[in-house]
Amino acid sequence: MGILVDEKTRLLVQGLGRDGTFQASSCRAYGTNMVAGVHPRRGGTKFEDEVPIFETVTEAVDATGANVGLIFVPASGAADAIIEQVDAGLPLVVCISEGVPVQDMVKTLAYMEGKSSRLLGPNCPGLIHPGTRAKVGIIPGSILSEGRVGVVSRSGTLTYEAVVQLTELGIGQSTCVGIGGDPLHGTTFVDVLEMFENDDETDAIVMIGEIGGTKEQQAAEFINNHVTKPVVGAIVGQTAPPGKRMGHAGAIITGVAALASEKIRVLREAGVHVADSPAVIGAKMAEVLGR
Amino acid sequence: MNIHEYQAREILESYGIAVPRAGVASTPDEARQLAVDLGGRVVVKAQVHAGGRGKAGGVKLVNSPDEAAEAAAGMLGTNLVTHQTKAGGVPVRKVLVAELTDIADELYVAITMDADARAPMVMASSEGGVEIEEVAANSPDKIVRVAADPLIGLTAYHARDIATEIGVPINLVRQATGLITNLCRVFQELDASLVEINPLVVTTDGRVMALDAKIAFEDDALFRHKEVAELGDPEQNDELEQKAHDAGLAYVKLDGGRVGCMVNGAGLAMATMDITKTAGAAPANFLDVGGGAAEDKIAEALEIIVSDGDVEAILVNLFGGILRCDVAARGIVMGVRSTGTQMPLVVAMRGTNAEEGLQILADAGLNVTTVGDLGEAATTLTQVLGATSSNGENS
Repeated sequence: MGILVDEKTRLLVQGLGRDGTFQASSCRAYGTNMVAGVHPRRGGTKFEDEVPIFETVTEAVDATGANVGLIFVPASGAADAIIEQVDAGLPLVVCISEGVPVQDMVKTLAYMEGKSSRLLGPNCPGLIHPGTRAKVGIIPGSILSEGRVGVVSRSGTLTYEAVVQLTELGIGQSTCVGIGGDPLHGTTFVDVLEMFENDDETDAIVMIGEIGGTKEQQAAEFINNHVTKPVVGAIVGQTAPPGKRMGHAGAIITGVAALASEKIRVLREAGVHVADSPAVIGAKMAEVLGR
Repeated sequence: MNIHEYQAREILESYGIAVPRAGVASTPDEARQLAVDLGGRVVVKAQVHAGGRGKAGGVKLVNSPDEAAEAAAGMLGTNLVTHQTKAGGVPVRKVLVAELTDIADELYVAITMDADARAPMVMASSEGGVEIEEVAANSPDKIVRVAADPLIGLTAYHARDIATEIGVPINLVRQATGLITNLCRVFQELDASLVEINPLVVTTDGRVMALDAKIAFEDDALFRHKEVAELGDPEQNDELEQKAHDAGLAYVKLDGGRVGCMVNGAGLAMATMDITKTAGAAPANFLDVGGGAAEDKIAEALEIIVSDGDVEAILVNLFGGILRCDVAARGIVMGVRSTGTQMPLVVAMRGTNAEEGLQILADAGLNVTTVGDLGEAATTLTQVLGATSSNGENS
C-alpha cells in the first residue's frame, strides 16, 4: 500500500494533447489502472481503444469511480482544471502543467480551503509507487526499484538522478513524490514527510530541496519534532546568485532563508543527513542504512 | 518582466493613483521643453531596469530648463552602472522629467506574493525613501505586513489600518486608503509580481502621491496582458539571456564561471551547476532546455553557451523523459557544427533513447567524453579542465 497511490488507484487523465497522451499511455504501460480520460470534444470515444473518454470530469467520476485525477492541460487552463477536479470530489489531484500563473494558484488554493481534495503540484512530475506499479505522472518507471526508501522532492529530473543513484546501490523505493517547483503548490514537504513517517512500507526518507522560499525550514522543524525515521537531504542551488530565478518559479534567492547554505544548516540541526553534493545522495543513504 | 518607471507611472495613473506631473524625453531638447512646461525646477531620472540610480548619478535635481537639458545629455546614450547592474551597466535611452514636490513625509508601500501566507502581501512603512532592506534589518518593527484576501482583494478597512499605522495624517487617511487599495488592484488585476512605491509621499499641500514606481510582472501571465507584454525593453536585459528567452530556454548567465551547463529540468540544472564546484570550477550559466525540446532548440542552446566568452568546457546532463536523448544528440551535433567549436564536452545521457543519443555523438566524431552519472561528471570535468588550462599555457 503506497502513501497516496497503489493498486486501488483509479486514474482519470485530463488534457489528452500530445504530451498528455504520451504520458497517459506510459502510466498505463507501467501498470496503472486508468479508468477515464477527459476531453471537451472527444466524449464518447476511447483512449487506446479501451479507456472511455468523457466531456467533463464530473461525468467521468460518476461513471467510473475514478479516485485520482491527473492534469496535463496547458498552463493557462490548469487552474480551471484543478477546480473542476476538486468540484468533482476527486480525493487526489495531480497537476503536471508548468507555468501556471501565480495569481491563479493563490486563488485556487484559497478556493480549496476546507474541501477534501489534496493537490499535488503544479509544475511537478507526479508520483509513483513501484510496489503496486502505480504511476500518476511522468516519472520514468524503468529507473525505480521496489524497496523501503521514500523520496520527496521539489524537482523532476533531479529526482530521477537521486532514484537512479539509489537503485544502482541496490536501495529500492517505497513511494517517490515530486511536490513541484512553483512557489505556490498544494502538497508540501511536511505533508509528505508526515505520510512517510506513518507509512509501514517506508524505513528511511530522501528529501531533495532547493534554493528559494522557506519550505525546507518548515520541513526541518517538522522533522525535528515528528520524524523518527532517518532522513537524507540534499539542497541544490549552492552556486546560484541572489535575485535570479533558476528556472523554477520558486527557485530564487530573496533573502538569507532562501540560501542553500542556510537550508543545509537548518536541516543538519534537525538531524537530517545532508549529502555534500547531489552526486552522493544514494551513497549517503547507503551510509545511513549501514550498507 | 520589468518595466521602466515612466511606464509604471502611467499604469498607476490609469488606476487613479496620484503621481507628480512629468513627461518622458529621449533627447536633451525634449527634456528642456518638459522642464519649461513644468516650471523650470525639475528632477531628471534615467530610465533603466535597475535600482540604485540615485547613488550612481542617474537622478539629478536641477533649477532650470538648460540644466535639465544638460543633465539629460549626461545620461542619454550612456550606460548607467548601479550596484544592481552588471559591470558594464545598462543603456539609458530615455529620461523622466518630473516636477519637484514639497515633501512633508516619506513613506513606503509595496505588494508581493507571499508563498507562506499564500496571499498577496502588502508591506508598508513609515520609513520611506531609503532601501527597505535596511529598514527590515535595522528596525523590523517599522514594517507593517497585511495579507490581502486572494479572492476578495484588499479590503478598505485593511488599507485604512495600514495608512494609519505608517503615520499618514488623519485628514489624509481616506486619500491614502484609496491609493493603497488601488495599488492592490494593480497587483492582482495585472498579474504583477511586485508593485513598489518608494517613496510614497505626503506633500506639504496635503496630497498623497507615488513619487517613484516600480512594477514587475509575472512572465507566466503575460499571455493574458498583451498591452503589458508590449512594455518590455529587451535592451535592458543581458544579450545572451534575451536570446535564450526568445528561444524559450530558461538561461541565466553567471559571472566568473568557465563551465557551460546544458541540462533538462531546473533542479537537475542546479545540481549540475553545483557539481562543477566539486570539480574545482564554477558554472558559467544556468540553462534548462525544458521538457520537449526539439533539435533546433538544443542547437540554439549550445550556440548560446558557446558564444559566452568565459566558457572553456561544456557539461551536458540530460535525463530523457518527454525529451528524447537521440533528438538532443542531433541538436548538439548541429550546434557544434554551426559554431565550429572545439570545446570539450562532458556528456551524461540517461532515460529515453539515451544509448542512441550517445551513439550519435560518438559517430559524429566530436570532442566528447561520456559519463554515467553526476559523480563521474565531476571527476571527468576536473581532468578536462586541467587539460584545457595546460593547453592554454602552451599556446
